[in-house]
Amino acid sequence: MNRNKHIKRPLLAMLCVAVSTLIACGSEESAKSQAPLVEINKNPFPSSYVPLPSTMTLFTNANILDGVGGHIENGSVLMMDGKIAAIGESVDAPVDAQVIDVKGKWLTPGIIDAHSHLGVYPNPATASHADGNEMTKPVTAQVWAEHSVWPQDPSFDRALAGGVTVLQILPGSANLVGGRSVTVKNLPNRTVQDMKFPDAPYGLKMACGENPKRVYGKKGGPSTRMGNVAGYRQAWADAQNYQRSWDKYYADYKAEKDPKAPKRDLMLDTLAGVLAGDILVHMHCYRADDMGTMLDVMKEFNYQITSFHHAVESYKIADKLADNNVCSAMWADWWGFKMEAYDGIRENIPMVHKAGACAIVHSDSDLGIQRLNQEAAKALGDGQRAGIDISKAEAWQWLSANPAKSLGIFDKTGSLEVGKNADVVLWSADPFSTYAQAEKVYIDGGLAYDRLAPETWPVSDFELGQPGEGDAK
Amino acid sequence: MRHFKSMLIIGLMVFSYSAIAQKLAIVGGTLHTMGEQGSLTDKALLIDEGRIKGIVAKDRVPAGYQQIDANDKIITPGIIGAHTHLGLVEVSSSAGTVDATADNVAFSPLGAALDVSYAINPDSTLMAISRIEGVTSAATGMSSTHTLFQGQGAVISLADVAELNSPLIKSQAFMRLSLNNDGADDNGGSRAALWPLLLSTLNEAQQRDGRPISTNEEWFGNTAKADINALLGVENGTVPLVIEVNRVADIRHVIQLKQQHQQLKLVLVGAAEAWMVATALAENDIAVILDPESNIAYTFDSLGTTLANAGRLSAEGVTVAIGANTHNIRLATQHAGNAVANGLAWMDGLAALTINVAKIYGIDNDYGSLEAGKVADVVIWSADPLEVMSAAEQVFIHGQPIKMQSRQTKLRDRYMADIKTRPARYNRP
Repeated sequence: MNRNKHIKRPLLAMLCVAVSTLIACGSEESAKSQAPLVEINKNPFPSSYVPLPSTMTLFTNANILDGVGGHIENGSVLMMDGKIAAIGESVDAPVDAQVIDVKGKWLTPGIIDAHSHLGVYPNPATASHADGNEMTKPVTAQVWAEHSVWPQDPSFDRALAGGVTVLQILPGSANLVGGRSVTVKNLPNRTVQDMKFPDAPYGLKMACGENPKRVYGKKGGPSTRMGNVAGYRQAWADAQNYQRSWDKYYADYKAEKDPKAPKRDLMLDTLAGVLAGDILVHMHCYRADDMGTMLDVMKEFNYQITSFHHAVESYKIADKLADNNVCSAMWADWWGFKMEAYDGIRENIPMVHKAGACAIVHSDSDLGIQRLNQEAAKALGDGQRAGIDISKAEAWQWLSANPAKSLGIFDKTGSLEVGKNADVVLWSADPFSTYAQAEKVYIDGGLAYDRLAPETWPVSDFELGQPGEGDAK
Repeated sequence: MRHFKSMLIIGLMVFSYSAIAQKLAIVGGTLHTMGEQGSLTDKALLIDEGRIKGIVAKDRVPAGYQQIDANDKIITPGIIGAHTHLGLVEVSSSAGTVDATADNVAFSPLGAALDVSYAINPDSTLMAISRIEGVTSAATGMSSTHTLFQGQGAVISLADVAELNSPLIKSQAFMRLSLNNDGADDNGGSRAALWPLLLSTLNEAQQRDGRPISTNEEWFGNTAKADINALLGVENGTVPLVIEVNRVADIRHVIQLKQQHQQLKLVLVGAAEAWMVATALAENDIAVILDPESNIAYTFDSLGTTLANAGRLSAEGVTVAIGANTHNIRLATQHAGNAVANGLAWMDGLAALTINVAKIYGIDNDYGSLEAGKVADVVIWSADPLEVMSAAEQVFIHGQPIKMQSRQTKLRDRYMADIKTRPARYNRP
């Protein structure tokens, strides 16, 4: 390496002398000796999200769940410039504010679904739409879910009517490493970049257990759980090697040597991004023992698993999950559709919460995403009947704050705290009731959905000119 | 507080469970009979020998009845799973035989002769998991056979197997048929092949005029003998034909079929676009089993799907049933609640889980309402059963208070327990 460099330098210098009248070869001594620094653009598909126009609005007489455990039974929330400007028992109305007396209806932070495949498995669910699983190799860290998102998926609008303001769209779970996720505002526009949550970190989808071994068992492996784990470990080992080669490149460059940049590898870019702490790991994992193994893989390669998804057996190891600061994103009651989901119980979510671990209610479903509040309500009721004392205000953390934390956006949204994005849902009734419906949904203070104004209901391009266009959905 | 109350009742039940065929009186609360008496308060529901004896004022309980306090509770008939695969599947994927699916078999090329009566496993964990949440009986049938018909389903009781010789309430209770995209895909890849096959098959069965074909009888029809014989009950209207269908154009063909074969008893399942022809369905006495949470068009044959389907159908007088699920048939109450949230009357939501299902399967003489003489499948709910935070506090099947316990509650109790009291292998941190 060094030898090559020493040979090249005089050659370059001679060339410069020979053609100096034709091209500039740099005037400074140090620049002459170094090729331009190769830097990787970490954000080649930047967000072009623009919020809806917003009106300064004061809600009064509201039953407020602030999303961080607080419940104000008759309070006010002020939205200004797309942010929460004030919240409390009583808030003075600024002169220009539109005042909405909600007469005891409930206000909550917008629901954040940490696990969705909207857009990557859009509807109609034709084969030509199935863009969620790159089932060609067990490790496909190089693929990015956003490149599969079809913003015209009508399911975004159904989810909006359920009070979902932000969602993480993940690749599927066929692969050990499925690829990057994308966090979006639930405001479909012409391109996915127009939906991307500004400055949200990337996530990486990984999967434990049955799915990878089923998909690859007869396609070269892995065909077993031990094969799965070998696959993750080799991937991380390769990523460490890649990271070291880039670290060395930058160190050499800084030392004013003229190193050759390592060959760019899109797969290892992403994995190294996890090791650097820039990309958050979201791992599909059902069984307690699978999760236990992954906690050790995490320590072996010194990265953090942000959340286990589905996590049907988290209740068995809730203490370990709390100790390791790993969230569980769970269903209220799904179970039995495969062996690793056989031990699902209704009290999983409250038991994880009780252990002091981070509990998230997620959907993984274009139907479930429409009523995540009901999923939380079921889990809360089951927990209370089992003697776990949790309030509705605490339980709402499962729907907004905790998913926001797991997505690395809690500084921006996930609660009704001053300065946060005004992602707010006005419910027709107590949202822990089957009969409650999201009446108004605000994203960054803009009214994104108004149940009481059918003429404003979103209709995707796909739905135009089709049966049911514009109908109550 | 809720917890404390429910424990009291459960304690009582465990005690009474040991008594056999006792006389029980469920006293107080709100009784939704789903019968002619409507909803009642301050009454006592009398149960004797597994049947409902009658309803009396709550201070008029005859001697000899053990009284169960249901003050502030809601009492309803047991939920009847409208469209399930209960007993035919334990774990759906990659876990061995699933009796809800079958390959095409030679003796029944059209799949009509398949019969789930022989396939039901009453020891399935799904039984207890479902019954402790108020599901006391269910229609169960096959999901996929890749044939024109998906075999004959049964209606089963979810009683503890030890209480019964057989879970069957009614075998050969219905015949399943798919006239949606799946049905077309399995039968030539087009409705242009599917419908002529169906019509010619029904015509051949009709020509038998109820007479089975014996094994040694000469038969020149296109349909196999076993399939013809299995369809005779469908032809004479004693066996409902339960049809999965979504597109309104397909539903119109079903209505025409009914008009041409008046004796057929037809029931639609799924029926995403049924609301578009609600009046015609009501006029032709075609019932609908639907999923009230369906509002996404997974295929081009359900583009008109809407949460308003149940309410719109019911408003036109269509008999609506709710409860198309298996592992989570216990969520039928939530589904009905969502139908109510989207326009269905509350009482119609409860009927969709109980009496309407009984009527669809012709078991309403014995099931589906709290009326004298009927089987005492009864649920005491903590509150409105269609509310997601409510729960079944005590379930009675055949007049017996069931053990409110399942594999899932046992898992919960094992891991809820203080770590020191868990089984030895789990009590080391």
